[in-house]
Amino acid sequence: MKLKKWALLLAFGLLLGLLAACGGGDSEDAATEGEGTEQSADSADGENVLHFINGDTIPSMDPSMATDEFGFQFIGATMEGLYRLDENAQPVEGIATGHKVSEDGLTWTFTLREDAQWSNGDPVTAHDFVYAWQRAVDPNTGSEYGPYMMSGVIKNAEAVNEGEVPVEELGVTAEDDYTLVVELEQPVPYFESLTTFSTFMPLNEKFVEEQGDKFATSTDTLLFNGPYTLENWTSTAQEWDLVKNENYWDADTVQVDRINHVVVKDPATSVRLYEEGSVDRATISSDLVDQYSTHEDYQVVPETAVFYIKMNQTRNEALANVNIRKAISMGFNKDALVNEILNNGSIVANGLIPKDFVNLPDSEEDFREVNGDLVTFDLEKAQEYWEKGLAELGIDSLELELLGGDSETSKVMNEYVANQLSTNLPGLTVNLKNVPFEQRLDLDTNMDYDLQISGWGPDYLDPFTFLSLWITDGGNNKMGYSNEEYDALLQEAQSELATDNAARYENFLEAEKILFEDAAIAPIYQSAEAQLVSPKVQGVHVNPFGATYEYKWASVGSAE
Amino acid sequence: MVRYVLRRVVYMLITLFIIATLSFFLMKMLPGSPLNAEDKLSEEQKQIVLEKYGLNDPVPVQYVNYLAGLVKGDLGISFAFSNTPVTDILMDRIGPSAQLGAQALVVGTILGVLLGLIAAVFHNGFLDYTSTIIAVIGTSIPNFVFAGILQYFFASELQWFPVALWGDFKHTVLPTMALMIFPMATAARFVRTEMVEVMGSNYIKTARAKGIGEVGIVFKHGLRNALIPLITVIGPMAVSLMTGSMVIEQIFAIPGIGEQFVNSVIMNDYPTIMGTTLLFAALFVAIILIIDLLYGLIDPRIRIGGNNS
Repeated sequence: MKLKKWALLLAFGLLLGLLAACGGGDSEDAATEGEGTEQSADSADGENVLHFINGDTIPSMDPSMATDEFGFQFIGATMEGLYRLDENAQPVEGIATGHKVSEDGLTWTFTLREDAQWSNGDPVTAHDFVYAWQRAVDPNTGSEYGPYMMSGVIKNAEAVNEGEVPVEELGVTAEDDYTLVVELEQPVPYFESLTTFSTFMPLNEKFVEEQGDKFATSTDTLLFNGPYTLENWTSTAQEWDLVKNENYWDADTVQVDRINHVVVKDPATSVRLYEEGSVDRATISSDLVDQYSTHEDYQVVPETAVFYIKMNQTRNEALANVNIRKAISMGFNKDALVNEILNNGSIVANGLIPKDFVNLPDSEEDFREVNGDLVTFDLEKAQEYWEKGLAELGIDSLELELLGGDSETSKVMNEYVANQLSTNLPGLTVNLKNVPFEQRLDLDTNMDYDLQISGWGPDYLDPFTFLSLWITDGGNNKMGYSNEEYDALLQEAQSELATDNAARYENFLEAEKILFEDAAIAPIYQSAEAQLVSPKVQGVHVNPFGATYEYKWASVGSAE
Repeated sequence: MVRYVLRRVVYMLITLFIIATLSFFLMKMLPGSPLNAEDKLSEEQKQIVLEKYGLNDPVPVQYVNYLAGLVKGDLGISFAFSNTPVTDILMDRIGPSAQLGAQALVVGTILGVLLGLIAAVFHNGFLDYTSTIIAVIGTSIPNFVFAGILQYFFASELQWFPVALWGDFKHTVLPTMALMIFPMATAARFVRTEMVEVMGSNYIKTARAKGIGEVGIVFKHGLRNALIPLITVIGPMAVSLMTGSMVIEQIFAIPGIGEQFVNSVIMNDYPTIMGTTLLFAALFVAIILIIDLLYGLIDPRIRIGGNNS
């Protein structure tokens, strides 16, 4: 009996051994293949190749429909608008070689180059811009960014989008094949930078109409006029290549032959792929920074998004009291938050306009430097304002709800801010409410919150992209803030002063100060991204808005 | 038999209809809209876009429109991937998930059955405890922990397998191993419990008395009887394995459907939510039917459609 059992065990053992042997065979193959493929793919035919990770799939390559950073990124790399941003975020020649602005600042006449081609050989003409811009605001397109970017900028954009006038009435016309005339609703000093943005890219009408509903759903249904073409892509693809576009008018400048992208979402996996040598750049999440901050390839890439606490003055009357708001905006330690919790190169924000975003037109000084720290962590002052505020309200305790996101980092951050405020301001109870993004937007729209941690990234190179958020009854105000002086300054900047940029900036500086005298919001931090970047990656610069990375001037350095 | 299957298919369609209805109305209760730049648009601009996608119609009207499309086999166009039919997304994404799931299920179940058998045969012995411990660890530790450990040792340290990404067979080894832990542990537990019981039953004693060899007793008389409850749990497990695991797919950067499903819910991509839900539900009811038919094969005592005298 005993013996039989052991015979049985032997049988199991053999079976297991067989399975293991199969596995073993695979692993040997894997080891030898693994060594061969990575290197040979890169250097076999002397191609300049880079391998990058993308955080997600590309939801849309249709310039009129794209709404997210990955859409903007790959439209930016494969298409070209009137201008393109250089490494100092200055607009440089794209399809346009230059432009003239009428005296009233309302009519812009662009001269287009005649040697620009689509990837099918068609010339890129002024008609392509007219078609694309009309398409972006046409209500039948269902574009979100079209009306967002063009309303109030291009003449009649809003009326066209609302169906009041036909699309032909949009203020953009082709005088001839290579002269584009744009009429604006009002003078827009930053219009040059807008023309670099995805929504303003040209489209080849014949091709787009031919593709119909299939347009921009795969490599085969796209046309390119930029430095690279997008290859091996479908809308759900997890891997694709940017390949040097030989038809690009400035193809001689483009040094890199191919930039491979794979979708990887897990931060630990990204880093392991980097260490394995499969990719040349990896983002380091907050929890991994301590482990990699001494790595020789470690870098911090500054960003231009700003995060802050919105204080809703309509739901809880206590927040209508300026002293209470001041107490809150000074009442939490931002340094600790940035260094301990985010820990990825993000910096403390003591104003609204981010650092290294825009310079004053005359002195070239950074906007943030000029206006300085408008609100800092100051425990004593915060408590002073707090006591004063409570006395004015005739209460001795206050309960507030703090609405925030539900990602891992957000949750820790929300908890930290809530804890800081309730510890530092005696009598304050902060109740946390962490919800998914869509739900937060709903609550924001309905102004159903007391405090909310929110953020904003710029959509064009001008302080107005941030300051316009708090115009009285503005679409994103949603916290009942209103200051006539603030409104007037911005109104003036966008109308009478629109052709005098220096004076406009004076108004912006003033408006930002008012915002913090009123303690309308409590700034928290300006974001950044920690990365490992291989020395192979050269000449890639980071844009302050639109496409995150600019690859036109990229090159492949030596790995060592 | 044919009548039975036909009747079941009709029930399946009714079940799917109920699931479609329930998930449609539940989905409409999700907060937010499928707009991607909602925070940047004015109220009028939002209405224009919603109008274009028929989202301003009353929910019952949307429901009827959806069902009408569904009957024609049209799952609609994804909101998140512009202009991409949901069918394309599902077809694209189900492949890797199904392959990994199937591999994990087959390898995991075979190993689990073997472990369970060893445990039962050496009941209360050292091997029994070892295999029980393995099974307990396998059911209690989540698979993404294994995934991380496997990735660290076999890819980063030993470099036997690639760290992640989707390519040839060697890319599937680590995710399969991570996914198979659970079916293996489950199978081991069920087989052990059942085998211990079966091996003590009278007919096994009879078989032994007849002088049948131990191997024959264990595999032919024991295992066959012990498999019934296992099959009951394997069915639903097969569905959940083959429809992908979001966490495993993220860790190994696999273009699977599990992650796509979660994403579509987060982004309120209504057509994709419906498409994936229906696909999962259809797989589920199909598997249940297959299992019911399998019972009859494995244990002739369970008769199907036997109520017609």
